[in-house]
Amino acid sequence: METTNILLAGVGGQGVLLASQIFTSVAIEADLDVKQSEVHGMSQRGGSVTSHVRFGSKVYSPTIDPGEADFLIGFERLETLRNLHCLKPGGTVIYNSMRINPSTVAAGVADYPDDVAAQIAAFGEKAYEIDGLGLGQQAGNPRSSNVVMVGAVSSFLSLPESLWEEKIRQLLPPKLVELNLKAFHLGREAVKGK
Amino acid sequence: MSAKKAILSGNEAIARGVWEAGVRLAAAYPGTPSTEILENVKNYKDIYSEWAPNEKVALEVGIGSSIAGARTLVTMKHVGVNVAADPLFTFSYTGVNGGLILVSADDPAMHSSQNEQDNRNYGRFAKIPVIEPSDSQECKDFVAIALELSEEFDTPVLFRTTTRTSHSKSIVTLGERTEQPGKVELVKDMPKYTMLPVSAKKRHPLVEERIVKLKAYAETTPLNRVEYHDTKIGVITNGISYQYIREALPEASVLKLGLTYPLPEKLIKEFAARVDKLLVVEEGDSFFEDQIKVMGVKVDHGKDLFPLLGELSAAFIKAQVTGISAKLKDAAAGLPGRPPAFCPGCSHRGIFTILKKLKVFVSGDIGCYTLGALPPMSAMHACVCMGASISMGHGMAKVIENRDDMTQKVVSVIGDSTFFHSGMTSLLNSIYNKSNSVAMILDNRTTGMTGGQENPGSGHTLSGEEAIAADIPALVKAFGIKNVVKIDPYNLVDIEEKMKAALASDEMTVVVVEAPCVLRYRISHPPLKVDPEKCTACKRCLSVSCNALSMEVKGDERFVVIDPNMCAGCGVCAQVCKFDAIGV
Repeated sequence: METTNILLAGVGGQGVLLASQIFTSVAIEADLDVKQSEVHGMSQRGGSVTSHVRFGSKVYSPTIDPGEADFLIGFERLETLRNLHCLKPGGTVIYNSMRINPSTVAAGVADYPDDVAAQIAAFGEKAYEIDGLGLGQQAGNPRSSNVVMVGAVSSFLSLPESLWEEKIRQLLPPKLVELNLKAFHLGREAVKGK
Repeated sequence: MSAKKAILSGNEAIARGVWEAGVRLAAAYPGTPSTEILENVKNYKDIYSEWAPNEKVALEVGIGSSIAGARTLVTMKHVGVNVAADPLFTFSYTGVNGGLILVSADDPAMHSSQNEQDNRNYGRFAKIPVIEPSDSQECKDFVAIALELSEEFDTPVLFRTTTRTSHSKSIVTLGERTEQPGKVELVKDMPKYTMLPVSAKKRHPLVEERIVKLKAYAETTPLNRVEYHDTKIGVITNGISYQYIREALPEASVLKLGLTYPLPEKLIKEFAARVDKLLVVEEGDSFFEDQIKVMGVKVDHGKDLFPLLGELSAAFIKAQVTGISAKLKDAAAGLPGRPPAFCPGCSHRGIFTILKKLKVFVSGDIGCYTLGALPPMSAMHACVCMGASISMGHGMAKVIENRDDMTQKVVSVIGDSTFFHSGMTSLLNSIYNKSNSVAMILDNRTTGMTGGQENPGSGHTLSGEEAIAADIPALVKAFGIKNVVKIDPYNLVDIEEKMKAALASDEMTVVVVEAPCVLRYRISHPPLKVDPEKCTACKRCLSVSCNALSMEVKGDERFVVIDPNMCAGCGVCAQVCKFDAIGV
């Protein structure tokens, strides 16, 4: 199997790493080689966060080079735009429409671009905008929007639905499992038929 | 039955590996990207583990454990090895009893560091072997080999990772714990462990002999591996660069070095002779390349194509070798950056707001408060290394002649963990030498920037047991400092008045700020609101750089709004507002 490259991009505290963990554990269960890479440290204080997930028959590099991502999962609009160049020609962008102001915007020294959706559309690759926050709320907690995004991407991957559900059950605390399964399915349905 | 598999980061795999290999003691000071090693080791109850106040102490604790016969792990970030270098160089002479690994987690590209020094050089300098893994499985397997090597050759082993091996996850086959060979007991052997000139003179020749023996070992060790494919291009590489090479140049032959000091000369010459073109691909310094050239081997490409700076990648290597680079569409130009910032509710925000207002020169240190250097605060004017703020501030104050100008007055700022690390001796020096500077100790009861670890002031150990919490004001007074002032970091008037008084004094003042980290201890108060009727959109509140605040534009109206999900209710923004527009 050729390597699938998934780049996750968001803001510290959005659950990017848990989402990555769901992808890697599903891939390992499907008997694939898998690598995941992120950089933490300074990024924890409200900075940009990216996580690279790669799986296939044999994976060497743990990082996805610019222009190599099959999927870009944006957890926030601006971070989606910031990482668009990582997408390969013909790649797919799935992004959460939510906005989180960077400190530069909060401090009034920079403006948040007001045409993010248009810029993403103009980039020329397949793009799906998801109301991650709304669907998370619908599932019972806006913080589950990271699992909404996992659900959306899962519908593009030929891995069995039961495997995703099993891993969500394993990785989340028992109290939050039902809520997150709901979030997963809402995300999965959200891109169907689009 | 198939072996148990897990997906582990390099750091998690090192922790697992030392547990499997029978390690009894682990010590460290936190530092990105090394921190998670000990955070995982602590979960293995067969290993005693602890946070030390600095890397030198951690290594010394490890040396003691090794002399007593226990297998030992000591971990730190690359710059931490500078702090631990003093014991390391002489420990090279004494050698070990129980095997000892010193993990140096380097940070090429400086994701979270102040420099990108290449610690392979320490192997050569201290005359000890260096081992480098290229994925998590190797992290686990190589630590076991490193411990055996340490005992067989009577030497500490430098185990070097980089951010990409430390923080990348890959599949690892797990094993079970094997208890270490040999007894844990103290045996008096003065000529080996008491480094007076008379004994050290007898140990040094053994160190030189050891390197010769290690060179022979390097020729046959399984740590080094040759993969012959097409012989048009042959690459000598190490660590994460090996993964990039296999991805970028799948046809190339590779000599992958796992023991990266000392080098296997015969193996390298043999490999070089079999390939048409020899490439040396290494992140950081030309460590291999220089040594290989000294062997008389022709290197076709090395640092001419692969720079001394930053990290490599598969795409970059491919482009450098083939001359073809992928054409990329760039969408990211001109976007507002998203740098890290003080958390909403952080006790550092009010402090830096006032330091900026007072226009003083801020001599800074390493921790979350270093973010005070970023705009719009821009209120830290020097920062070099752990513990340096107070000593640098003292040096500045001693030579400055214009003492009336506020811009020429120095305030040193240091956190609790950094103070315990190496700020205490700086402060002792300042009072001893009659400094007239001001030092602020921002005590938030945790080692914040690395993710909130325990420290000698936090009241708990790494394993979560209760511990004596060092009393910073009492410690400072015991040094002989009379002016010890406490400040409430959420009261801007209090900060300004007390700082002005301290700056006017001819004697040294130490300001202690006691406010627990809001992130670590999950502290928050009811969120504040902006009254849009009173708000004039003057942006004054935005200058405190809080991500909970933003400017809302509705038609012609502009006013600030506060995100109730982010606001911790600290009140700093409300205190800078001139129009009384912010309240509960």
